[in-house]
Parts: sequence; C-alpha cells; structure tokens
Amino acid sequence: MEKIVVEDVYKVFGPSPEKGIEMMKQGYSKADILEKTKNTIGVAGVSFTVKEGEILVIMGLSGSGKSTLVRCLNRLINPTSGKIHVADTDVTALNPEELRQFRLKHLSMVFQNFALFPHRTVLDNVAYGLEIQNVELSKRRERAMEAIIQVGLKGNEDSYPSQLSGGMQQRVGLARALALDSDIMLMDEAFSALDPLIRSDMQDELLQLQDKMQKTIVFISHDLDEALKIGDRIVLMKDGFIVQSGTAEEILTNPADEYVAKFVQDVDMAKVITAESVMLKPKEMAYYETDGPKSALRKMRHSHISGIFVRKDRKLLGYVSAEDASEAVKRGDHTLEKVTQTDIETVRLDTPAVEIIPLLARSNYPIPVVDEAQRLKGVVIRGSLLAGLAERGTE
Amino acid sequence: MDMYRIPVGAVIEAIIDFLVDHLAFATRGFAAITSTGIDWIVSALMYPPPIVVMLVFTALAWFLSRNWKIGLFTFLGLFLIWNMQLWGATMSTLALILISTLIAVGIGIPMGILAALSQTAYKIITPILDIMQTMPAFVYLIPAIPFFGLGAVGAIFSTVVFSVPPCIRLTCLGIKQVPKELVEAADAFGSSKSQKLFKVQLPIAKTTIIAGVNQTIMLALSMVVIAAMIGARGLGGEVWRAIQRLEMGRGFEAGIGIVIVAIILDRVMQQYGGKGQAQQGE
Repeated sequence: MEKIVVEDVYKVFGPSPEKGIEMMKQGYSKADILEKTKNTIGVAGVSFTVKEGEILVIMGLSGSGKSTLVRCLNRLINPTSGKIHVADTDVTALNPEELRQFRLKHLSMVFQNFALFPHRTVLDNVAYGLEIQNVELSKRRERAMEAIIQVGLKGNEDSYPSQLSGGMQQRVGLARALALDSDIMLMDEAFSALDPLIRSDMQDELLQLQDKMQKTIVFISHDLDEALKIGDRIVLMKDGFIVQSGTAEEILTNPADEYVAKFVQDVDMAKVITAESVMLKPKEMAYYETDGPKSALRKMRHSHISGIFVRKDRKLLGYVSAEDASEAVKRGDHTLEKVTQTDIETVRLDTPAVEIIPLLARSNYPIPVVDEAQRLKGVVIRGSLLAGLAERGTE
Repeated sequence: MDMYRIPVGAVIEAIIDFLVDHLAFATRGFAAITSTGIDWIVSALMYPPPIVVMLVFTALAWFLSRNWKIGLFTFLGLFLIWNMQLWGATMSTLALILISTLIAVGIGIPMGILAALSQTAYKIITPILDIMQTMPAFVYLIPAIPFFGLGAVGAIFSTVVFSVPPCIRLTCLGIKQVPKELVEAADAFGSSKSQKLFKVQLPIAKTTIIAGVNQTIMLALSMVVIAAMIGARGLGGEVWRAIQRLEMGRGFEAGIGIVIVAIILDRVMQQYGGKGQAQQGE
C-alpha cells in the first residue's frame, strides 16, 4: 500500500514563485531563474511514492532540495504547488489546526543537529510529543521510558542533552520520535552529524528497530553508503529534480546519467551486491532420509561436483565431500549420518558479497544460500562471486 | 523675513493637553491607588526594626544567588546605609524600583513576545523603542506632572517609560535567538502556538529575558534618582537636596547608597540568570 504519494511538487522561494515554476517548465536553468526573477528553486516538479513499512532514502548533495522536500511532507515548508497525500490525507489542503492534529497523529521527525530542548532532561525531551498531546504524566513517563530503553539509553533519563555525547543525543532524538506511535518517521540527515563509527552503529540499530516497528520512514542523506545500507529504495536528487529512483542495485548497476554515475563510482560493489544476485542454482542434492554414501557419490560424479549438500525435512542439513563419501562406501555405511558435516556456514539471500568473501576463503565447500525456513536456494562459489563483482563493477 | 516655523512643540503640547483634559480623571485615579500602594510598601519596610529588614534582604540575596559573598555584601552595604541615616530614603527608593520594575516587566515581556512573533508588531515597536531610548530622560518628567501630579506616581510613570525598552528588546531577541531547528522540532511534533511559546521558546530565551529584566532594574534605579526633580522622595531626593544646598558630603553619601542598592540588585539578578544556565549543564 502507498503510504505517501507526492505528485508534481514544486517549491520556489522568492518574490514571485508562480513565475519561477513557469520558467522552470519552459526549461530555464536554476541559475537563470535566480538571476532574472530573484526566485530560488527548491524542489522542481517532484513525484514519488513511499510504501507502507518501507525505508525510502532521498539522497543528494547539499542544495539539491532534499531537506526542503522532506519539510514539504509535514508542511514545515509549504509547497508552492503540487499534491502530497500522506496516509490518505491531502496534506496540502489541511488548515493550520488540522495540520497540527495531523502532525500529532502521523508524523514524527528526527533532525540533523538533534534539535533537543536544552532545558529539558532526556526523559522530558522524549516525552515532549506526548506532553503536547496531553497524555497524563504517569503514562507519558512510562512510554518515554520504554522508548529510552529501546534506544539503549536507560540510566541517562535524568541527564540534560548537553551532558551527552553526539551519538547519545541522537538516540534521544530517535527516542523522542519513537515515543509517539506515529506511523511515519521523517529523518533529516539524522546521522550525518555523527562520526563514522557511531553513524554505522546507529544505522544498524535503526534497521534492527525497523524490523520490529515496520514504520514508514523517509530518510534524507547525502551519503551514498548510508543510503545503500538502509534504503529499501533510493531517490536521487539534483538541483531540485529527481534524477533517478529505484533500489540500490538498480541505481548502481544502471546509473541514469553521468551525475548518478559520478555519485556511485566510489561505491564498493562488494557492499551492494547480494548473495542472491551471484548465487548459482544447486545442481544436485542428497536426501538424508533416502540417500546412502553410494548414491550421493553417484550424484556428485554425475554433476561433476566434489561435494554435495544434504537435505532433511526440506531443510538444509549439511554437506558431504566426495572423499568422505567414498571412505564411507569403503567402510560399508548405509546412511549419510557419519559423514555429513552439519556445522557449515550459511548466508541469506540479502547477505552482501563483502561478508561472503571471507567465508569462502575459510571453507573448502561452496557457501550455501538459504531462506528464512533454512531451505537451500543456491550456492555461491568463488567463480560466481568474482564474476558477479567484475560484471557490475566495470560499467 | 520670518521663516515659517513648523509647530512640532505646539502640536505635541496640544495632544498632551487634549489627553490630560480627557484622561486626567483616570490617571489621577490611578495615581491615588498607586500612591496608596507605595505608602503601604514603604510602611511595611519601615515598620520592623532595620536590623530585621537587613537580615531578611541578606537571606533573600543569598537564597536567590546561592552565593555567600553576595549575601555578605548585602548585609554590610545595608548596614552602611543605615549607619549613614539613609535607611528611610533607601526603603522608599526600593519601593519605587519594585513597583516600576513590576509594571515595566508586566508591559515589556508581553510586548517583547509580540514583537518576536509578529513581523508587523516588530516593525511598529522597534522605531518607538529607538525614540524612547534616545529621548533625554528628563523629558519624560514633564508630561508625568499633568497626568499624575507631583510625587511618586509621576516618578513611576516616567521610570516605566524610561526603563521598559531593554526588557522588550531582550525578550524579543531571546525568542528570536531560539535555534530554528528547535522551533521546527516543536512544530513538527504538532505543538500549538502557546505550547511552543511556553514549553520551548520562553524557557530557552529565559537567560536573555532575565538579562533584559536586569537592565530594566538598573535603568529604573537611575531614573528614580532623576525623578526626584518632580518630587519623588528617596535617595534621589537626598541627592537633589544636596545639590540645592551644596552639601557635598551628604550628596556623596546618598550617591554611595544608590551604588550599594544597584550592586546588590545587579549581582542577585545576574546570579539568578546564570543559575538557570548552570542547571542545563552549559
């Protein structure tokens, strides 16, 4: 379901916004319009949608209009023209009081420089949204405490923001948004002010929280690595326009123009390419219930492989190498029980290549790719991984 | 040839005369009430033995500033004043300052909020404040007489006019200085205008607003002295009398009394404003 629908939104700052839009449509450049009419183009005819429970990253360099765009969603900035529907409400049509109610119910926001209230303790900061909804004191403290525990700040609830480190302050900012049960979270460069290690931790935590919460998140970022890591989909902006939108892989493997290509050229492909896109279909499997060492060996020989994965109850159980199987045949075993290695490494469909490489280096068998139910979906061998990286890396 | 003279003074005089004719009953009524109030405060301060009042003020100064040095200075300063036989004059000066400051703050903070939140109000209020602050203080004494008569109430009127601008300006500045992101955050969470003002803007502007109140007190103190010319009693009255009789020593004694009162009020207010900041760990 589409949670947010943005249609043809313009935002022009200046004395004659309508004229700015007109010139924009006639194809004048941003600089020309500024020079001729003193109007600055913030957002230029942008349309996109966000699905429920999705993280959409809006990415671009500073001045690309991304922060303006996200503020149009909750009308901290009023769009000059265009339609914005959030949770089936036409946001552009709300009067101030309706807008206030709407923000209370649906939208919470996390800010780049945290925007914590310096005169309030952590607990009172987190409880702010509830306080202005007139939730009673004991209840809002309880809910604020839950949010504080969620972001791992238990024990700091009585501190003032200035007593906390940057990373902790942004956790407070996050908790303040989480304490409200709003279904949509807007995050404006939420992690950009943090140093890289803490930023990476916060990204991981956001993803973990998102697994549980399933909120609809619009995340603004200027950092492509961040966008690739947390975005289900990415919208790339330049000079107020959307240049390209799609999944991380779509953008990386098929950049729409030079601007996008330039943006993505520094990205380490190994972080983006997933197991799913480089795995091979397993040629043959052994069945634990019915196959003995002899038939397993025959399957291997038939498919020209030096080992075979064993399946039991439709789940991946382990791996048998050709040497072990032939020894078992010599011993006269009738089952695969003694020769199946069950402590093998597995990866998921969305595991990035960068995490598979060390596994491949350590193990003497191909890496099996499994789904949530432990069913074998494919195998990654050294050749397929390298081929996948090479193919997409040299665009 | 006679040059045509633009009748600036005549027009202002006509306006004030008109206002006096039509408003004097109200202002005189107000004057009567206020002067009763002042008399009450002065007699309340004069009723107990001076040593009790001294101790109360010392305790108050120490409690508000949480600083024993300020408490000690308050005690010694008031003792010196009492010893110089300026106790009564000082108490009536304090009463005048107290009332003028309360009125000035009561007008100044709401005006400052208005100027900060409405661009139109800001554009109207700022030039008026500029005029108020550059006009020589003595000028305010003149209209005070027809409206409120000679004495303390006229003094309070001119003191309020003279001392209210910094309170308005700094309240406005304090609110405008609240970081844009914090205002955005308050908005983004759906705060109403009054929630935003009372839960975010005013608390964050508090230090600046208190600095404004402090300046208002200091200006009120200096004006209360000047207002002795239209019959306000107190330390200013002592100075005024010393000028007329050329009593150099007496004049300086009263002057020292004023300085002591100023230092006490200033330090207490500064510590009080600073304490708010320390609480936030800044």
